[in-house]
Amino acid sequence: MPGSIKDRVAIVGMGCTEFGTLWNKGPSDLIVEAVNEACADAGIEMKDIEAAWAGTLFSVGGRTLSEPLRLQYKPVTRVENACGSGHEALRAAAYAVAAGIHDVVLAVGFEKLKDEGMSGVPGMENRTNTHYQCSMPGVFAMMANKYFDRYGLTPKEGKEMLAKISVKSHANGSLNPKAHLRRKVTLEQVLNAPMVASPLGLFDCCGVSDGAAAAILCRTDMAKNFRPDPVWIKALQICTSPTSGRLVQDYDYTHVEEAYRAGIAAYEEAGIKKPREEIGMAEVHDCFSITEAVTMEDLQFSPRGKVREDIDAGTFELGGALPVQPDGGLKCFGHPIGASGIRMIYELYLQLQGKADKRQIKNPKLGLAHNMGGEPYAPTVSVVIVGS
Amino acid sequence: MVGISSYGAYIPWHRLDRRNFVKAWGGFAIPGERSVAYYDEDSVTMAVEAGMDCLGDLDPRQVDGLFFATTTSPYKEKQCSAVIAMPLDLRRDIRAADFNTSLKSGTTAMALAADSIKAGSARNILVTVADNRIGGLSGFQEQTIGDGAAAFLLGTDDVIAEIQGVYSISDELSGTWRSGGDTFVRFWEDRMVQDEGYLPVLSEAIKGLMRQCRLEPKDFAKVVIDCPGDPRGHGKLAAGLGFDGSQVQDPLNIFMSVGFCGCAGAPMLLVSALEEAKPGNKILFAGSGNGADVFVLEVTPAIERFAPRRGIKKHQAAKRMLGNYNDYLRWRDLVPLEAARRPDKQHNKVSAIWRERKVLLGLYGVKCKSCGTLQYDNGANSTTPIRVCAVCQAQDNFEDHRFAKKRGKVFSFTHDSLSPSADPPSSVVLVDFEGGGRAFFDCTDRDPETLKIGTHVEMTFRKMHFDRGITNYFWKARPVRFDG
Repeated sequence: MPGSIKDRVAIVGMGCTEFGTLWNKGPSDLIVEAVNEACADAGIEMKDIEAAWAGTLFSVGGRTLSEPLRLQYKPVTRVENACGSGHEALRAAAYAVAAGIHDVVLAVGFEKLKDEGMSGVPGMENRTNTHYQCSMPGVFAMMANKYFDRYGLTPKEGKEMLAKISVKSHANGSLNPKAHLRRKVTLEQVLNAPMVASPLGLFDCCGVSDGAAAAILCRTDMAKNFRPDPVWIKALQICTSPTSGRLVQDYDYTHVEEAYRAGIAAYEEAGIKKPREEIGMAEVHDCFSITEAVTMEDLQFSPRGKVREDIDAGTFELGGALPVQPDGGLKCFGHPIGASGIRMIYELYLQLQGKADKRQIKNPKLGLAHNMGGEPYAPTVSVVIVGS
Repeated sequence: MVGISSYGAYIPWHRLDRRNFVKAWGGFAIPGERSVAYYDEDSVTMAVEAGMDCLGDLDPRQVDGLFFATTTSPYKEKQCSAVIAMPLDLRRDIRAADFNTSLKSGTTAMALAADSIKAGSARNILVTVADNRIGGLSGFQEQTIGDGAAAFLLGTDDVIAEIQGVYSISDELSGTWRSGGDTFVRFWEDRMVQDEGYLPVLSEAIKGLMRQCRLEPKDFAKVVIDCPGDPRGHGKLAAGLGFDGSQVQDPLNIFMSVGFCGCAGAPMLLVSALEEAKPGNKILFAGSGNGADVFVLEVTPAIERFAPRRGIKKHQAAKRMLGNYNDYLRWRDLVPLEAARRPDKQHNKVSAIWRERKVLLGLYGVKCKSCGTLQYDNGANSTTPIRVCAVCQAQDNFEDHRFAKKRGKVFSFTHDSLSPSADPPSSVVLVDFEGGGRAFFDCTDRDPETLKIGTHVEMTFRKMHFDRGITNYFWKARPVRFDG
């Protein structure tokens, strides 16, 4: 493959704030904390950063990052790809290193969401104020209804399948001191929770959180100068929808084509033939329980329409064959939009270095992160594979 | 021959049993129920519905004029018929006019439309009449008023009821009125309004017409007269003029199930009469309000070939009862409510809405001339207009395709409790249109319990958003209201 990123960029430092409803913290607090941790982890100083990218949905300009850090006249850019903005920052930083333009760069994802006085994230509206009155949970709920219908699940069977995903993520989140939601829940609690957008209830939806995560990247030949156990980027692929699925009738609304294609491209870039066997763990964009379900199929972990069997078998639990969301995922770690893509990498990085404490997966080999920005019929999806 | 070539009507799906008013306020319940326009309906949207019913399969591009009569125009300044012409898909070179403020606006619009056609200024004119007046809370009128619309295509072709005479008089009396910022209808003592406004004025006008046309009461098969606030006055008037009870088109039928629909009341009653009319029937038709307009109509044999419309009867039957009075208050925006904990909508961008008016108001999409795929896009995500085909990526190779009259099936749906709605949850559907094309729409006039994947839907023109005095109209999907 021309221009492969495989083993051309190393991650040598990472940081991540606690995610949550951080009423006492402003954007600067989040950014400074995450970047300080990443710099300390890499053993560098702020002045060593040659260039930086900030992934964030609700800010403007490179100064959103240079200002809190007082980066001194460096090239700094804010990038945005909806909820996939975190991976977008990582991609820009990684490509700058791979291109040989910079040696040491910073990628930050952050969002200060909890100053809006409401639950959820701001709604969607088009230029002409004629957007259907649907929240993000609603858009994904329509995928759940369609999935149930297509694969012949009764509403109860469908709800239970989704509920088990949330129960698993809550169990993982309870082990994570930085997670937003740190408590276990029962199947009954999930099933009986208030409806947000049918069939998705409260526990089918991820946390809406404040937080920031940061990564220091460098050329691979320099990596061991920073630390003995750097993490290598094996693949970084992104796929953006032409959004034709909402205009023409061939889109089934039970999968995300962009995730499927980004997965294929990433597996090819990383030289992976059998994803289910070769990937040791995954952090996917579980904004809603149904998103995780179809993503397991899109990434070829489960056959089409069969994810329920893997969920029932515990395949994706922490002790399962392919742990998914070991840190709790968007569901429980929380979803400060721009931060999530980098937060996923942070968990994989900790796991590969054996620093995931109670959540530690045995010998995870390769980790996959899947970041999605936009509705199921119109997203940008990125798949990043990292290994030690 | 100038006359009525087609008719149509509209009655909102939602009805409120009048006992609900008494549950809320005490007092005396008038028997029956009334129609209640949904939160996304107003006189403009109801006029569009009636207009679509009236035009049926007729070619809207053949219509030469559009009149819209209402006392509840959403605008004091800005022409509503210019809006209505878009969803009805009328031409630009038409004469469009609004008739406002009088309860006889509808009949006056019909009389002037007939005159225009007689004068040769137009081959035909579509007259739409709609009202959704609001009676003062806890009052009598809150119970008696209903919401509804009627439409007539007047012309010279395929006339089903010839207009053989028209007589109008003007009369000054502040019987009912609204001014300035009045939300509710004001009225003078009903006894005086009946004794000096209704009875003598209509008597004078009807007698004047019969004299002019050399007709006598016995010559009429049906007498369709506007009904006053107290229906008892109606019978008194008809009897006083020498009409037999069997000749009178009974207004109680509509009153008991719909209510008095302002200036649309008499036209709706006429639709009701035409639904049962036989060739050769002479119909006396009168609308009143600061005077009166009275017509002599004669039904022609063409009525036997006239394709059935939804009209009054079918609309009366297809209904859903509201559970309570609170919904009525909420839908009419009559009580301040807690704001949804969601971001405020952005202000209307007039330039963007104007640029996309054919797409938004006309529900025009495209057909790709390269691959044949139908596509509709209101820019729900971010972009309009369509320049590149979603299937074959051919650029700028499209022809117009109108989706407004197409039916579709629900491909998927949700009931969204997070999204703000005046009738939560917010129901949203992804519609697959018959013949191709897919788009998301809000789902209106729906029962959340019965909406499912595969439900057949049709398109209906509704209010989306009100901001800084501008009502932003668009289309929604609704479960098919009538079979066939």
